[in-house]
Amino acid sequence: MLLVKNGRVIDPASGTDSVMDVLLDGALISRVGANLGANGAEVFDAKGLIVAPGFIDLHCHLREPGQEMSETIETGTRAAARGGFTAVCTMPNTQPVNDSASVTRGIVERAAAAASVRVWPIGAASVGSKGEALAEIAAMKNAGIVAVSDDGKPIASARLMRQVMDYCRALDLPVIDHCEDASLFAGGVMREGSQSIKLGLKGIPSQSESICVGRDVEVAGLTGARLHIAHMSTRASLEYVRWAKKMGLQVTCEVTPHHFTLTDEDVQYDTHYKMNPPLASRADHDALIEGLADGSVDAIATDHAPHHPASKDVEFDRAPFGITGFETALALGLSELVHPGKISLARLVELFTTGPGHVLGIERKIAADEPADLTIFSTEHKWMFRAADSPSKSRNTPFDGRTFQGAPMATIVAGRVVYRREAAASAK
Amino acid sequence: MLQRLEHLLGIEPLTREQITFILDQAAPFQEFQKHPLKKLATLRGKTIALAFFEASTRTRISFATAASRLGADQMNLQAEASSLKKGESLIDTVRTLEAMRPDGIVMRHSASGAADFVARRIEIPVLNAGDGTHEHPTQALLDALTIRDRTGRLDDLHVTILGDILHSRVARSNIHLLSKFGAVITLCGPAMWLPREFEDLAANVRRVTRIEDALDGADAIVVLRVQTERIHEPAIAAEEYILGYQLTPERLRLAKTEAIVLHPGPMIRGLEIDPGVADGPQSCVLEQVTNGLAVRMALLYHLVGGAPTDAPHPAGSDAVSKSSSSSSSSSGAGVAKGSANAAG
Amino acid sequence: MRVVEKRQLLSAEEIGRTLQRLAHEIVEKSGGTKDLALIGVRRRGVPLSQRIAAIIKTAAGVSVPVGTLDITLYRDDLSTVAPQPVVHSNEIDFPVDDRDIVLVDDVLYTGRTVRAAMNGLFDLGRPRRIRLCVLVDRGHRELPVEASFVGRLVETSDTEIVEVRLREIDGEERVMLVDRVT
Repeated sequence: MLLVKNGRVIDPASGTDSVMDVLLDGALISRVGANLGANGAEVFDAKGLIVAPGFIDLHCHLREPGQEMSETIETGTRAAARGGFTAVCTMPNTQPVNDSASVTRGIVERAAAAASVRVWPIGAASVGSKGEALAEIAAMKNAGIVAVSDDGKPIASARLMRQVMDYCRALDLPVIDHCEDASLFAGGVMREGSQSIKLGLKGIPSQSESICVGRDVEVAGLTGARLHIAHMSTRASLEYVRWAKKMGLQVTCEVTPHHFTLTDEDVQYDTHYKMNPPLASRADHDALIEGLADGSVDAIATDHAPHHPASKDVEFDRAPFGITGFETALALGLSELVHPGKISLARLVELFTTGPGHVLGIERKIAADEPADLTIFSTEHKWMFRAADSPSKSRNTPFDGRTFQGAPMATIVAGRVVYRREAAASAK
Repeated sequence: MLQRLEHLLGIEPLTREQITFILDQAAPFQEFQKHPLKKLATLRGKTIALAFFEASTRTRISFATAASRLGADQMNLQAEASSLKKGESLIDTVRTLEAMRPDGIVMRHSASGAADFVARRIEIPVLNAGDGTHEHPTQALLDALTIRDRTGRLDDLHVTILGDILHSRVARSNIHLLSKFGAVITLCGPAMWLPREFEDLAANVRRVTRIEDALDGADAIVVLRVQTERIHEPAIAAEEYILGYQLTPERLRLAKTEAIVLHPGPMIRGLEIDPGVADGPQSCVLEQVTNGLAVRMALLYHLVGGAPTDAPHPAGSDAVSKSSSSSSSSSGAGVAKGSANAAG
Repeated sequence: MRVVEKRQLLSAEEIGRTLQRLAHEIVEKSGGTKDLALIGVRRRGVPLSQRIAAIIKTAAGVSVPVGTLDITLYRDDLSTVAPQPVVHSNEIDFPVDDRDIVLVDDVLYTGRTVRAAMNGLFDLGRPRRIRLCVLVDRGHRELPVEASFVGRLVETSDTEIVEVRLREIDGEERVMLVDRVT
């Protein structure tokens, strides 16, 4: 038994925001209340810290099977635990693609043996994510997938999207789309704008994303399915989502920390600023923050995309897209959104907990008989993120060396403390 | 004293003073091209690596000749023969070159930012001979020298750049350079190659899609070639381009009478430029070639010649110690005096 | 590097008289001024060559062409000089072929400058003859170079420097011997 004492419990599901104790018994929460007695339980003193439901990352790449030189389920989840995440949804663009129950089972079994946090696989929508035949989604659901996506690529056509949505509606699985129009994307490497012109890098107009979001929203209207827009990065995409919600469609969306922190002006030729979707214009960046604040955006997701160092150490054109993100997500949320007063702390917690939960159709709360998953963090603790200290195999982050105020302090999954920030390591 | 240039990666970071210095330093090398014997020993013992990852004849020969005339040796890397085709990464190719210890690298590459990439990883001066669609600084410098010599000035000119602006590193470098001297720049070409964001590149840049609106009052016209090797999109048909954008004698008359015509080469006569204009009295294309040699010699001299800036000043060195009057610090001596004459 | 003045070698008046003598010697020992030309080595050789030409004009009524030679690109010590010296153009508007050239410089020391100057001249053509005229010869030759016309021969040590100041460049007129102070 573990007693988490004196923490400020913020539980969006119940609207709680007060100092309380949480008693964990095995893999479940046993009691929540003020001044609980320890009665032999191990005590975790959370004084001065926030106690939230365990964070969920809707979007990450653990690279296993097939790309283990960049990351494995073991190393990725250790990094996720350091970021305060208790559950991560891993995208299917592995090698082989997770388009069958056997690959899904492999991931689930590997996670059971080696992962620090819960791993919830996302299955491919089409075989090999090639955009032709439907993958064996029902079999994968039995094996444990929580959603369907061809991430890395958009779902190839409106016709295929319709089929996938119809099928997934019957299975009650959300369809997650990486929204991109291939003909407008056309070999681009950063957001089209003044910066891409100045640098001589091929630009991708923001309409490449929003045209596809519009398409998906229409097909969601046609089918009544659950649609979730991955790593949304433009104002126009957000407007489509707002419209869809207003029409009563089950459309949700996520924004990554790098999209609410950086803009295309931050791109020079450093490949640690190259990802897909690319860093947005200032106007789009500001619109995303508005959406995070007003509830149009449902979740923050990292799109943690590790690439081993040699692969990123090339000319900008040739570098693969993607940066890591587990360990800086909460800190960026605090420094970019909460500390400057753009959103409340409670809203930030929603974006990491009930928001993702809603997308997946599950509850996330601190209450008796709920899973004992907790994220305990500080809004004050000052620290410096050093990529070299990360348990991830990859170092592709633009935030190396950045100092933050606020950090995950402990991560509890199924009643076990899978991560605890060392006091010594916190000294600058 | 002008800060010693470590690399030349682009025009955008240079100041007006630095550009003027380079142009002034090209003048003795222009004069040198008229010597019966065009061979110096100035860079004897130095090796220049010519790393051309993108096909180029004119620029490569210009740099090779410049290095040769300064007495330097060359290492030649050409894309067709290079291991880059076999999948070797840029960083490995460069490290291989570095291990052979050249004193300077002249580099052309099809990726924007490639010269910056190499310069950050190597302790040798890098001279960008063109990186993707980003910059081609020596082209802009030789264009500026040509304009200055022909018109007598570089300030407050009206310059029109004509053609495929979007894919042109020459256009970007020229826009950066000329606007540092107060130029009013008109960009003209087919609309899909003329995005709005070019107006943000520098002050006083405007775009027009009709050539007739682009030439009125122009002091200089830079004609770009149509870049067939860089376009992913469907190209415009040759006849369409000629109809809309070829610089003909009639259209040239819309500019000032003394207007000059430049072209970075190679020209496709009959496509972007009428042969009469290319060979006419207003055309500067041949001077551009000789000025290119002079500019490149001046840059190689300044980037590659001489010691690193912190090398000790030797005692008893004849010419320098003789002509110094009040020498306070060794590194300041010779140059401080010299720079007083630089403007002359 | 700090220097201390040791003594004056030539006053303004002495410079003037020396140039007069040198100009006359050049005319006497040239067997005619038909192909004669003076070339001043940058920097201080330039005003000296111009003054000598002016004296020749006044004294002999002959206009001897004068040119300027920049030896920066011909130096053999470039790789030890820091930072990079600025280059200047030559200004020689007459052909060098078959000319009787007198190179003019302020101080002759190791001889390397003269060697560089000769390299520079040979790039421009093939003079018939090259002779050297200097205001001060301070010895310590490192190359087999001699001056045909010498204003003042001075014995110096390795640490000493002969400083020539001319009004056209320095705003004053004298030649001094200075010593380096460590």
